[in-house]
Amino acid sequence: MVRSKKDVIIGIAIVVPSFILVLIFVYGFIAWTFRVACSAWDGQLPNFTWVGFKHFASLFSSTRFQIDLWNTLYFTILFLAVCICGGLVFAMLLDNIVRGENIFRNIFLFPMAISFVVTGVAWRWIFNPTVGVNVLLERIGLSFAAWNWYIDPSQIFTFHVALIPVVIAASWQYIGYIMAMFLAGLRGIPDEIIEAARMDGAGGFRIFMKIIIPSLKPIILSAMIVLGHVSLKIFDLVYTMTGKGPAFATDMPGIYMFETTFQGNHYAEGAAISIIMLLMVALVICPYLYYVLRKKEG
Amino acid sequence: MKKIIVFFLAALLVLSFAACEGKKAEPKLEIFSWWTAGGEADGLEEMFKIYRSKYPTVEIINATVAGGAGSNAKAVLATRMQGGNPPDSFQVHAGHELIDSWVVAGKMEPITFIFEDNGWMDDYPPGVIDIISYKGDIYSVPVNIHRSNVLWYNKKIFSDNNLSAPVTFEDFGMVAQKLAAKGIIPLALGDNGIWASVHLLESILLGSLGPEKYNGLWDGSTAWDGDDVKAALGNFVTVLSVVNTDHAALSWDAAAQYVIDGKCAMTIMGDWAEGYFKSKGLTPDVEFGYVPSPGTSGSFIMLSDSFGLPKGAPHRDNAVKWLAVCASKEGQDAFNPKKGSIPSRTDGDPALYDAYLNSAMEDFASNIIVPSVAHGAAAAEGWVTKINDIMSLFVTDKDVEKAASEFAKVAKDFI
Repeated sequence: MVRSKKDVIIGIAIVVPSFILVLIFVYGFIAWTFRVACSAWDGQLPNFTWVGFKHFASLFSSTRFQIDLWNTLYFTILFLAVCICGGLVFAMLLDNIVRGENIFRNIFLFPMAISFVVTGVAWRWIFNPTVGVNVLLERIGLSFAAWNWYIDPSQIFTFHVALIPVVIAASWQYIGYIMAMFLAGLRGIPDEIIEAARMDGAGGFRIFMKIIIPSLKPIILSAMIVLGHVSLKIFDLVYTMTGKGPAFATDMPGIYMFETTFQGNHYAEGAAISIIMLLMVALVICPYLYYVLRKKEG
Repeated sequence: MKKIIVFFLAALLVLSFAACEGKKAEPKLEIFSWWTAGGEADGLEEMFKIYRSKYPTVEIINATVAGGAGSNAKAVLATRMQGGNPPDSFQVHAGHELIDSWVVAGKMEPITFIFEDNGWMDDYPPGVIDIISYKGDIYSVPVNIHRSNVLWYNKKIFSDNNLSAPVTFEDFGMVAQKLAAKGIIPLALGDNGIWASVHLLESILLGSLGPEKYNGLWDGSTAWDGDDVKAALGNFVTVLSVVNTDHAALSWDAAAQYVIDGKCAMTIMGDWAEGYFKSKGLTPDVEFGYVPSPGTSGSFIMLSDSFGLPKGAPHRDNAVKWLAVCASKEGQDAFNPKKGSIPSRTDGDPALYDAYLNSAMEDFASNIIVPSVAHGAAAAEGWVTKINDIMSLFVTDKDVEKAASEFAKVAKDFI
């Protein structure tokens, strides 16, 4: 492609404002948040006395924050597993369907259009232990399966069982999106390769493991990135659905940050939580960027 | 390309016009509150009516943010205040929530002159003036008084089972036992968001410790890890053993509904619960009864909603007039019967209030007044959030020793 001088100037003129805005409103504010996290700002009056990493240290010794980190870890693993496996299954079923694919695709994609807040409120009623699914389970004679859902404070090792309904709600929202990603990926696999494999006598499972999964690898990776950063930062769904839950069973760093900052007015501590959340997301995104960039160079 | 640039400029132009529009000096008054539901919204509207009849040219902007006990509204307010965009007046719990969050930070204007100019200083009880003052100046107008330590009960259940309302913890235990034997859940609790548990705790602390030691908790003269407090926490655990199992999924009003439906017999909640009962068509002393929560006869845990004057309020004069309406007898007698609370002035007209509110007005005049912790009167918001955190774990693990030492640790940071 030949670029004229004029094109280059226009190109730069278009990029520069957004570059400056991003520099200020993203990186500038990250730096400012970090500064607040290392300050003595407690209460409505800003106080920028440097106190170093005091707030980070006190966070890691706080029971609530430890619970939050475990919750985030379990939630992320379950959420990713359910969305990626479920999305793949739906995509493969849809790929083989002859009629009405559009209808099904839209039905599965629909939850994406709804805000997390609405999802949260709806699932809160669905999993309410006295008026929700438990009633349904009783009606169909499965009352032994009824339990306290998201208000059950019991845990297995450090895993709170109350997270299960939250994972279900979050997956419900994202599974259609992941399915659409996989569907596009499946369409990208040339039929000839699968035909050839079949001619060579490979069974369905073998084709799945040796051809479909490897070709979908980049999509699985992007799905993990998209879902990973959603789950690490999750706030609105959990806040409206369960709140922090009994004994912090469904508490997440985002909720802790919100309450600490805006209800307790502990601004420095809240900023410290935000910085840790940023680092957690960076932990997921950076390897991905590295992978993508390396691939481009190669 | 040109087209895009022209479009972009046009969009900018439109945006800047839109931004200018808001700056026009129109007579406005923005009132920020979290009163969005039932009686409270109606009460606010009554005060607006008085304001409109006095100053018909002023347009009132009713900026409300929904959410129990103002949890969401407070976050919005903090953002606006920090950003230098205060409303003309905002709702805040009188006491430490106002003083520690806003007055100490230098964000509020003193409004003593409103009381003095109108000659209202003597119409307010000295205890109330104390709570809203900081270094000799008054900083907010308390529009109402709520009582936190009330036990509400379903009269039909009590008369069917020949029970009388419990006055002491022993009574409560006995009543609870009899009710449980009949398959009725004794006490309804809805502590989604945990504050209702803290609310229950303050009633039990007062009932177990008495008003003097209860007050000592907030100034350091009562040790949080002392034997008295541990005994009180033990009482809390006992009470907790007779509540509905789904309490963590419910809000306070859903718990009140359990009492209406007869699923539960009692609930301990502030007197906004009465507003809820009445909004469901129930009459005090007929379908539901009320007594001070166990062990707290003669004491009155108070909390109060108040309005203050933020520094830099865009329409300060209108806001001052608003505060005068809030502080007047007329304003309070219009607001409180709807809201289901009593006036913070001593000269409220008893004829306007129902049986329960009249009893509360009498108690307010004669009882020992102590501040509520769950509702921002007794302790700074920063302290209350830490107490909430400790309660979240305590309600589940019921470990009295651990909770007492955690409470003591936190109290040290705030006294």
